[in-house]
Amino acid sequence: MTDKESPQVEGTTREPDSLEQHFPGILTPDEREGFDGYLVAPDKLTEFATRLRDEFGYDYLSSVTGVDYLPDEVMEVVYHAYRIEGGPALVFKTQVPRADPVVPSLVGVWPGADFQEREAWDLLGIRFTGHPNLRRILMWEGFEGHPLRKDWHEAYFEEDAKPFANRWPEGDVYRIEDKIPFGKNVQYPSEFTPEGWIPEGDEGLYAGLGQISNDGDGSSLKTDQLVVNLGPQHPSTHGVFRMVVTLDGETVTDLKPVMGYLHRNHEKIGERNTYIMNMPYTDRLDYLSSMSNNFGYALAVEKLMDIQPPERAEYIRVIMAELTRIVSHLWAIGFLLNDLGAFFTPALYAINERELILDVFEAVSGSRMMCNYFRFGGLARDLPPGTLQTIRELIFERLPRRVDELDIYLTENEIVRSRCIGVGVLSPEKAVAFSAAGPVLRASGIPYDVRRAEPYGIYDRFDFEVAVRYGGDVYDRYLVRLQEIRESIRIVQQAVDDIPEGEIQTGKPIFQVRVPAGEAYGRVENPKGELGFYVVSNGKPNPWRYHIRAPSFINLTALAEMCKGHKVADVVAILGSIDIILGEVDR
Amino acid sequence: MSEELSNNDNPVPEGLQGQIAITSLDKIYNWSRRSSIWPMMFGLACCAIEMIATAASRYDLARFGMEVLRASPRQADLMIVSGTVTKKMIPIIVRLYNQMPEPKYVLAMGACASGGGPFKEGYNVVSGVDKFVPVDVYIPGCPPTPQALLHGLIKMQEKIDGQSVLEVPWYRSEPIDEIPQPLLGPDLIDPRDIPDFAEKLKAQEERLAAERE
Ligand code: SF4
Repeated sequence: MTDKESPQVEGTTREPDSLEQHFPGILTPDEREGFDGYLVAPDKLTEFATRLRDEFGYDYLSSVTGVDYLPDEVMEVVYHAYRIEGGPALVFKTQVPRADPVVPSLVGVWPGADFQEREAWDLLGIRFTGHPNLRRILMWEGFEGHPLRKDWHEAYFEEDAKPFANRWPEGDVYRIEDKIPFGKNVQYPSEFTPEGWIPEGDEGLYAGLGQISNDGDGSSLKTDQLVVNLGPQHPSTHGVFRMVVTLDGETVTDLKPVMGYLHRNHEKIGERNTYIMNMPYTDRLDYLSSMSNNFGYALAVEKLMDIQPPERAEYIRVIMAELTRIVSHLWAIGFLLNDLGAFFTPALYAINERELILDVFEAVSGSRMMCNYFRFGGLARDLPPGTLQTIRELIFERLPRRVDELDIYLTENEIVRSRCIGVGVLSPEKAVAFSAAGPVLRASGIPYDVRRAEPYGIYDRFDFEVAVRYGGDVYDRYLVRLQEIRESIRIVQQAVDDIPEGEIQTGKPIFQVRVPAGEAYGRVENPKGELGFYVVSNGKPNPWRYHIRAPSFINLTALAEMCKGHKVADVVAILGSIDIILGEVDR
Repeated sequence: MSEELSNNDNPVPEGLQGQIAITSLDKIYNWSRRSSIWPMMFGLACCAIEMIATAASRYDLARFGMEVLRASPRQADLMIVSGTVTKKMIPIIVRLYNQMPEPKYVLAMGACASGGGPFKEGYNVVSGVDKFVPVDVYIPGCPPTPQALLHGLIKMQEKIDGQSVLEVPWYRSEPIDEIPQPLLGPDLIDPRDIPDFAEKLKAQEERLAAERE
């Protein structure tokens, strides 16, 4: 373990207040009602971003997304940048005409923008000039249209906003299947004929992965490079994820992740739903941590509505979010061992403890996995009698012992050590540049945790440490998770001791919330990393834009970097150590 | 075992009871198949987590002889479609199904696999895996609890119990056709629709127009 310090960023003394003076003519404050941040002219974007990073210390680009303002004929790209030592976001936007949206790519400034820009191209049709590989990422190459555009309608389209008229009591109930040609969820351009049509295939994907051969110079073997597909159906990919790797012998020389096999159009559906309808959908993002997904979304909408949940609800929220973290990390550790070849036995130990926590979730919310427990300004219901006692027993008695047990079995285990130490190293500079988050970032020596950097809820009241390790390898990611389980146990212990009696909801629980126009970005430290919800409201009952900054998705940007030079078997371990959940990667 | 299998029409002589059983071919054939169903290790979405939980110690799939999850379709008897079926994934699911040897079964786990579920309206979502592969058992729920999955698997076993060697398609002389693999074009294309595509489209539109009248 090297005891490297986190990289020092220079020139972080100047405050954003003075930002406008530093960029005369480039920067204008965003003065729309309820909006925040700055507008930057597209042609000045790269210059602005570079200086923002180098002179002002905004070295961490958290989120990039597009918003389609159809009525204004404007396409906007929204960036959220942070300083890695903490503090609030700097939001800046650039606006381009909707008919031909072209924006300079920021991959050169923040490599973490790579996948997010590809996503904006795929779903919104914004072209990023200078992007090294601007191809579709969630849909397939050849798909017709950019689905998140407001005027793009899918085959099953009924109306712009829910609830649909035909679902009202006096409505004429019908099945949409009966109203469209083919009766399936498909539509084709009018002149399309499938005869003679040639599928795009994977050529574009394999391009650049060329099969170069190494002729050997007498001292080394003559080798050929070989392209191998892992997934989407592969026991190690934790779902339907695909990796295309080029191998020289058994050594990985390049890797391209391919995703979208579980793209379920969360954002398109979310923009049609009313606000509260999205709560159960957030459960299905990172389906191992539904409670903390709820937390992020509730925070974003509460920011817009400017309300606060009552004390008791705040405590219950923290308890549930931390129990979720324990569940998720237990699962991650169990399945990392799976990936190392210890098939299923260690995972069984982890799942066993998880089940006990799921019992708590089931008691409070009625569901083991899809809890749908948070509401704007509170919670769906109070804790049932006896639950606190169950949590106490778990958190004071059972779990600490079980975590120690895992620690004893695994941490010093020779195989674990030899398979994990020094494998998949991500340097601190790279981790920040690639916008890695969560345990991946902290294992690389950056003590960045949203709960500390920009506390939300009541996290500022608890005594806990931000787990950090400095090796940046698979082993350190495992250790960070183990430590975080312990810290979460500590937080829950404090919370169950201090929890007050009282209300769990501000005001009456209402289904049709009024959300004033504006934008909000709610972010939480999810088990996988920073989960952000970017919500734009135009005062109507459903969000105009609903974007999710998914940590699993963005953490994958660094996957190729971590895998190069390692063996195929290590790729599996490295992927396991990033701990992705496909529901969140593909959304 | 012998009690379960014995055929009461042909009583086993005393003294041999507990050692031999007289039974029909169907019964022993089905009994052995349904007691060792090997599911494919194949998770799609959230429901897969509940499937794994079912295989773990608390719910213990091994009690039904099903704990041998195979990663290769060629060694599997049962495909548990555990999650949302997307257009991008369905060609691969169909290919996996085609690669499984007969006899093979499909179990649609959860709302998504059965009919699209909460994401049905999505532009990349197939409304149920049964649009492409035949499904034997549907399990409702989002996600179905492990108990519900077990119930579905028991139903699956009951279905196997009712089959007869004389009638099952995989012992007939004619080959079983593969399911054509869907294509990814401007949208998902079902190859079964391709012959006379334009005419079909036109006929459908005319039918819908007539209905609207
Ligand atoms: S049925 Fe529900 S739990 Fe299962 S895959 Fe679909 S959304 Fe997830």
